[in-house]
Amino acid sequence: MVAMIRIEGLSKSYGEVAVLRNCSLEVARGEVVVICGPSGSGKSTFVKCINGIEPIQAGRVVIDGDDLPSKPAAAARIRSRVGMVFQHFELYPHLTVMENVCLAQIHVLKRSRAEAEDKARSLLERVGLVDKEAAYPGQLSGGQQQRIAIVRALAMDPLAMLFDEPTSALDPEMIGEVLAVMLELAREGMTMVVVTHEMGFAKAAADRVVFMDRGEIVEVAETRRFFAEPSSERARLFLSRILAH
Amino acid sequence: MSYAWNWGVLFQSPYLGWLGQGIAMTIVISLAGWAIAITIGTLIGVLHSGGRGAMRMVTGSYINLFRNVPLLLQMFLWFFVVPELLPKTVGTWLKRDLPHPEIVTAIVALGLFTASRVAVQVSAGIAAVPRGQSMAARASGLSTVQAYRHVLLPQAFRIVVPPLTSEFLTIFKNSSIALTIGVYELTAQTQQIQSFTYQGFEAFTAATVVYMAIALVVTTLMTAIERRISVAGSAAKG
Repeated sequence: MVAMIRIEGLSKSYGEVAVLRNCSLEVARGEVVVICGPSGSGKSTFVKCINGIEPIQAGRVVIDGDDLPSKPAAAARIRSRVGMVFQHFELYPHLTVMENVCLAQIHVLKRSRAEAEDKARSLLERVGLVDKEAAYPGQLSGGQQQRIAIVRALAMDPLAMLFDEPTSALDPEMIGEVLAVMLELAREGMTMVVVTHEMGFAKAAADRVVFMDRGEIVEVAETRRFFAEPSSERARLFLSRILAH
Repeated sequence: MSYAWNWGVLFQSPYLGWLGQGIAMTIVISLAGWAIAITIGTLIGVLHSGGRGAMRMVTGSYINLFRNVPLLLQMFLWFFVVPELLPKTVGTWLKRDLPHPEIVTAIVALGLFTASRVAVQVSAGIAAVPRGQSMAARASGLSTVQAYRHVLLPQAFRIVVPPLTSEFLTIFKNSSIALTIGVYELTAQTQQIQSFTYQGFEAFTAATVVYMAIALVVTTLMTAIERRISVAGSAAKG
């Protein structure tokens, strides 16, 4: 089976500080992988390297058989096929919900406006926000904004979706609505890489869990095994801390 | 103080006409200079914000050169020095055949000087757009140009409108420096009225009132633009 995402020997540093050391990971088509680990372990940087918005210094990233090239134009084409959802949503505040969802469809995929809007409406319907298409992001709650950010990424018909702590900036009562959308996506067979502290989501949706610490992938394990008997001491310590309360 | 007030002088021929011509000239050189300033300033500001290495050195040099040399000196340089440095035919054309060389020079000098100040504001405005916005734009596959065009610049523009208002006001006031190279704009005309009639108080009061009226119009216009482009639901509006 061809891996949807293959990362080989990925390393990155900011000056003297190494943030990622020799990280390798394969994600199969339709697989859901959760990345967890203490803060500062390089999870966010790792996931941003997967679609090349953080440049890498060593290693390879291969998406659906295509090497993520260093040439900006070619990289943009591959990047448009990997959806990205950010911790702080990053909707465009000066554009309406509809314009947010249509922008890249029109300018990157060259869809007609009508086509893009149809696509947007059907996706907004799925997340229960079709009545918000004329609103501006600033008029919506965090949970609504994040669901729209997911719709914006899905509108590009991505091969895979990357989530960088999608619920960390949300009020507790809004986490559920975002996780519900993500769970549904996972069930539909979307390939997903999710950086999150929501261990409930990991247990419910993830096929495998990646544990990172200090810029290294310490452990990759099938979900049930990871929670039952993590093989590394560091993962065991991390789990005992976050599952204690 | 014994001074024979005579406000009527402002409404007599030819002084009323001089005043009118002065106002028109001030408006023309300021607006034409502003058009240059906005165009070149935006271009340099964008290149400066996104540029590295040689590009950033070029834009940085432009900004430093034009922003740090007094405008009066820049007027003199453009008018007296630059034509001598250019190839002979171009220099001769500038001095002899170009109609109203002093007006053209004033517009160019005002425009390029103000452009350096606009460039700084534009560049700062782009830098003030959160970094996640350009990440989101790039993550969706937009090219750098598209990201600037659709995501970064519209947001930077909204940030930049208030400081640009003050640059726009300043260019009208700075336009009075053009009198030093012989442009008969508002200040020069009122000075001329003063020397012909000895009614300096009236003449300069008229100039003061006109400059303030222009400022009022500019402020009203820019406030209207600011309101027009404000985004619903954004917290930035007070």
